[in-house]
Amino acid sequence: MQQGEDRYWRRTSTLMWTMFVLWVFFSFVVHMFVNQLNEFEFWGFPLGFYMAAQGSLIVFVVMLFVYAAAQDKIDREEGVAEDE
Amino acid sequence: MAQQAQAAKGDFISNLGKIYGLYTGGFFAFVVVLAILEQLGVPNRWIGYGFVFLTLAVYAIIGVLSRTAEVGEYYVAGRRVPAFYNGMATGADWMSGASFVGMAGTLFLLGYDGLSFVLGWTGGYVLVAILIAPFLRKFGAFTVPDFFSERYGGNFARFLAVIVLVCCSFTYVTAQIYATGIIASRFLDIDFTVAVYVGLIGILLCSMLGGMKAVTWTQVAQYIVLIVAYLLPVVILSTQKYGIPVPQLTYGQAIREIGALEQGMLSNGLATAQTLKPHIKPFTTYDPLNYFALILCLMVGTASLPHILMRYFTTPSVREARKSVAWSLFFIFLLYFTAPAYAAFSKLEVYSTVIGRDLDSVRPWLFTYGHLGLVKICGADAVSIDAIKAACSQVAGHPGVIRLQDFSINTDVIVLSTPEIAGMPYVIAGLVAAGGLAAALSTADGLLLAIANALSHDIYYKMLDRNAPTTRRLIVARILLVVVAVGAAYTASTKPADILSMVAWAFSLAAAGIFPALVLGIWWKRANTAGAIVGMILGFGFCVYYLVGTRYYAVHFYETWAWLSTASPAAVAKFAELKTAWMNAAEPAKQAAWVALDKHAMTIANWWGVRNISAALFGLPLGFLAIWIVSLLTPAPSKEVQDMVDATRRPRGDTIIRDKDAVLPAH
Repeated sequence: MQQGEDRYWRRTSTLMWTMFVLWVFFSFVVHMFVNQLNEFEFWGFPLGFYMAAQGSLIVFVVMLFVYAAAQDKIDREEGVAEDE
Repeated sequence: MAQQAQAAKGDFISNLGKIYGLYTGGFFAFVVVLAILEQLGVPNRWIGYGFVFLTLAVYAIIGVLSRTAEVGEYYVAGRRVPAFYNGMATGADWMSGASFVGMAGTLFLLGYDGLSFVLGWTGGYVLVAILIAPFLRKFGAFTVPDFFSERYGGNFARFLAVIVLVCCSFTYVTAQIYATGIIASRFLDIDFTVAVYVGLIGILLCSMLGGMKAVTWTQVAQYIVLIVAYLLPVVILSTQKYGIPVPQLTYGQAIREIGALEQGMLSNGLATAQTLKPHIKPFTTYDPLNYFALILCLMVGTASLPHILMRYFTTPSVREARKSVAWSLFFIFLLYFTAPAYAAFSKLEVYSTVIGRDLDSVRPWLFTYGHLGLVKICGADAVSIDAIKAACSQVAGHPGVIRLQDFSINTDVIVLSTPEIAGMPYVIAGLVAAGGLAAALSTADGLLLAIANALSHDIYYKMLDRNAPTTRRLIVARILLVVVAVGAAYTASTKPADILSMVAWAFSLAAAGIFPALVLGIWWKRANTAGAIVGMILGFGFCVYYLVGTRYYAVHFYETWAWLSTASPAAVAKFAELKTAWMNAAEPAKQAAWVALDKHAMTIANWWGVRNISAALFGLPLGFLAIWIVSLLTPAPSKEVQDMVDATRRPRGDTIIRDKDAVLPAH
């Protein structure tokens, strides 16, 4: 049981850190290159502007649905999911 | 009897789709009826009354129908709110009157730099989902301070959390009630103070009888009104201009046109390089340090604001709590990814039809807002062509056409004026007002409940009278709710400029005071009571010191920390000059000299140039560091506490805290 729980928390932490790195990337890193990205066009927008106005936001929303599904899968596989 | 209530409740939850579907349909029908009445000649004023009073009445009815005498229902809506609806309620809880009315205006004024708010107020939900909300749901707290007390053993940690909570929520709720007053007084043409108390009644009817349960179901209704009101005008505008009803796609075209107009204005002398901030050019207002610091502080602040976190206490399970954060962000995203479209369309309108215009041919929509003091041309309220002409004739060398530097606009105007700019009937303007009101009321409800619950549950029940029976607990909760609400409404009615400018501080205060101890409490078993207490005091204290120091004691702050300030040599010289002037001034002039000195000092009182809105940039790392160091220097938490953390991390099983009076579904 103890071992199973360790593995559960390890997988949960890995998922958290994956999401966290993506969050850092789309909150900060990508916008540090706004001037370079603005050289490109995306759907009629300068790409750097687009990323701050819509791109990162869409990524955040999608990320959270993926996260909820992925964490639920971990819960079920490790036997710690709640009853339906 | 209880069986019956249970069945009725089940019916309500399983019929939510039908109920809110009908409600949305009814709301559209109501808009159509008012539109027809307007065509029949009913005056605008009555259309405005119709919107404000009917929506208020609906919220109040939901509030009264959701009344409850049960502790679990009052504090956490019986933990039965499905993810999707809790997402909508959080959306309304989150979107303040200022976001609804002012966000687009901020983007209008700041261009790219304003997007730091759009990013900051959405990305924080990622932190809520992956670090905090599911675990707090498993914990089973009624309030955020509940967690602090159980995890960090005792009432001192609880008390600190309550202090941070009240500090960041009270200014915020005052601003919401103020926004209610502004919107209601503008559209109903009534006195501001009266409007504030009308708003207060609306807020109390929604929250007092049913607590969290009532607030949840009114917030869902309010979200529907606010999102329809926000999207409809700009969708119509986009269809008119580009033939596609998706403004979020078509404003790329508007941005390109704005770019061309900006070039034109520079080349024909209608704008100077100093006054024109190209819309898509980054870092014209904030330097990169402040831009990213603001994003960080807003995001971490989002993940620490108690009125948001407590929404996730209401879901039926940990699984639903996670999904619910995703839905929340989706519903919030709908508004924030539309705001830049408002800004772009308005800017295009202003650049193509106001700037460069002959003073005689100014578009009439400007005068509507000029009368309210929200649009100024040549420094005077734009109330009529004659007034503008008179004002501009005072400006030396004025060319007789409006230049960019002659024009100034309040951020509230952008959203409010869009229906008029697009030539839509007044009913759409009324709809926008109802949306703004819904946004302000729903946020005020959530904040008031967060404050009153902390006072009634944490201070009264947990710290003062642990044996209070259910009825007394709920009576105290309601009395405190009314007291806090009346206090906030009274404060708002005095139009306190200071408090309103402090709202943005809430994010930094919450981030520095709550986030480190909250996250480490879940993710680091070794974090102990001493560490958390030192971390909270230092993080929060530091943040308050920076905020208050740079704002209210700027001269002293600058002199103490001159070596860390990024003041230019010219600014330093000016400071010395103003200081000498103040010291030498005689009594009547001394006051004015001090004001000038203080005002200048505010621009240079900083550490490494960080603006005071981003104060958590210092408090946040300090809080983490303090908890880490002090925890390692003192003994590890007991086995019981460590087991409790393990149980918090595991979705299966009962909640950690169980309230003796609450009838909540067991899992």
